[in-house]
Amino acid sequence: MRRAFPIFALLTAILLSYALYEALVAAPTEQTMGNVQRIFYYHVPSAWTTFLLFTVNLVASLWYLISRSSKADAIAIVTAEVGVVFCTVVLVTGPLWARPVWGIWWTWDVRLTSTLVLWLIYISYLMLRRFSTSGQTPVLAAALAIFGALDIPLVYFSIWIFRTQHPQPVIGGGGSIDSRMWHVLLINWLAFLCFAALICWSRYRLEILQRELEETQALESLLEPRSSR
Amino acid sequence: MNKSSDVLGNVTGSVIGATLAKDLRLEWRSKDAINSMLFFALLVVVVFSFSFDPNAEESRQIAGGLVWVAFLFAAVVALNQTWARELRNQVLDAYRVSPAPANSLFVAKALGNFLFVIVLETLMTPLFIMFYKLRALGPAWQLIPVAVFGTWAIVVNGTFFAAMSLRTRSREIMLPLLLFPISIPALLAMVNATTAILIGELSARFWIVLLATYDVVFTIACLLFFELVLHAE
Repeated sequence: MRRAFPIFALLTAILLSYALYEALVAAPTEQTMGNVQRIFYYHVPSAWTTFLLFTVNLVASLWYLISRSSKADAIAIVTAEVGVVFCTVVLVTGPLWARPVWGIWWTWDVRLTSTLVLWLIYISYLMLRRFSTSGQTPVLAAALAIFGALDIPLVYFSIWIFRTQHPQPVIGGGGSIDSRMWHVLLINWLAFLCFAALICWSRYRLEILQRELEETQALESLLEPRSSR
Repeated sequence: MNKSSDVLGNVTGSVIGATLAKDLRLEWRSKDAINSMLFFALLVVVVFSFSFDPNAEESRQIAGGLVWVAFLFAAVVALNQTWARELRNQVLDAYRVSPAPANSLFVAKALGNFLFVIVLETLMTPLFIMFYKLRALGPAWQLIPVAVFGTWAIVVNGTFFAAMSLRTRSREIMLPLLLFPISIPALLAMVNATTAILIGELSARFWIVLLATYDVVFTIACLLFFELVLHAE
């Protein structure tokens, strides 16, 4: 296990560099948008990774409420934190692309708005975790994650009836892309997934260590009271 | 079986009734929540009206957003007091150990807040009409379901999140941080419904149905999770 981490880190680094080369050099230049389109290889994989991480967070939250397993809670924290980071990448790269292509930074379109609301909900999730003084913060956080999951479909449908400006999704939508671009996109997604997994892994280990430390400290203070009266 | 569920129903009803009556009596004597909400909403009305001074046509465009943002912010004032009031003299701990069903407490609190905010809205609406020269071009009666569903949407989640933020540092600011992101679809529906009714070109039906859906979904969610949150010490 201890050796697996550096090997995985090295593999991820190689994959990320290869993906960078593919996205910036090897991928064909898009006809109308030009090089600006290349941000797509970061924007879309980050978005997919975000949704995956938040889904894992929801599953871990439900799992925690059912089993009260400390591992489930650690997974929930980790995926929420890393998910917020990737979601921020999505929200930053989106406007950077939209400004030259649409001529505006932002519009209240269905996917943009849902992603923003998702981001806001998970920021409030992290804030709750940080500010809560209750011993049962995991329960509160898990409940909030479920409320957030209930909210997102409502956000989506409420904005859906307005005409949407965002390009149709590559999968399951009307859009079609060059097979070469497709390949680059998948390579980038794989690289981003490995990267996300890597950060989650190390953050998870940190969280577990921190909990063990807290438990040991609590136990020690019980066993040998420092205040010798 | 039938008898025990009857007893449970009676207990639920009497706990809701007693808690609601107590909250209303407290409010009637102190008028803390309603006064601070009223004054806050009044300030919002005056400040916005003063800084924009819109004509009737512009008012129709912006009033929907303004009214609901004012009510949302004002509602937070009442919501923050809901549970904080019960911390004094360990009333909340007494609730926890009492065999009364947790949900009846939640329903009573949510109903109390609902009444406070509805009273606020009733009192503030004439002022809004006056300051913003409002006249609905669409079917004005539809504003009633919008107000009822919209207020419940704010209040049901607000009561829940107020209980959630009870054990946090800087509790007063935590409630809006939790409540506002989740309320975005409800707020959007309220604002669009109100604007549609005021302008009278589009139907507000979709938004009213959306609000009702939001209410049903989150009322069920709150009732499912409230006991967990109440006992999360």
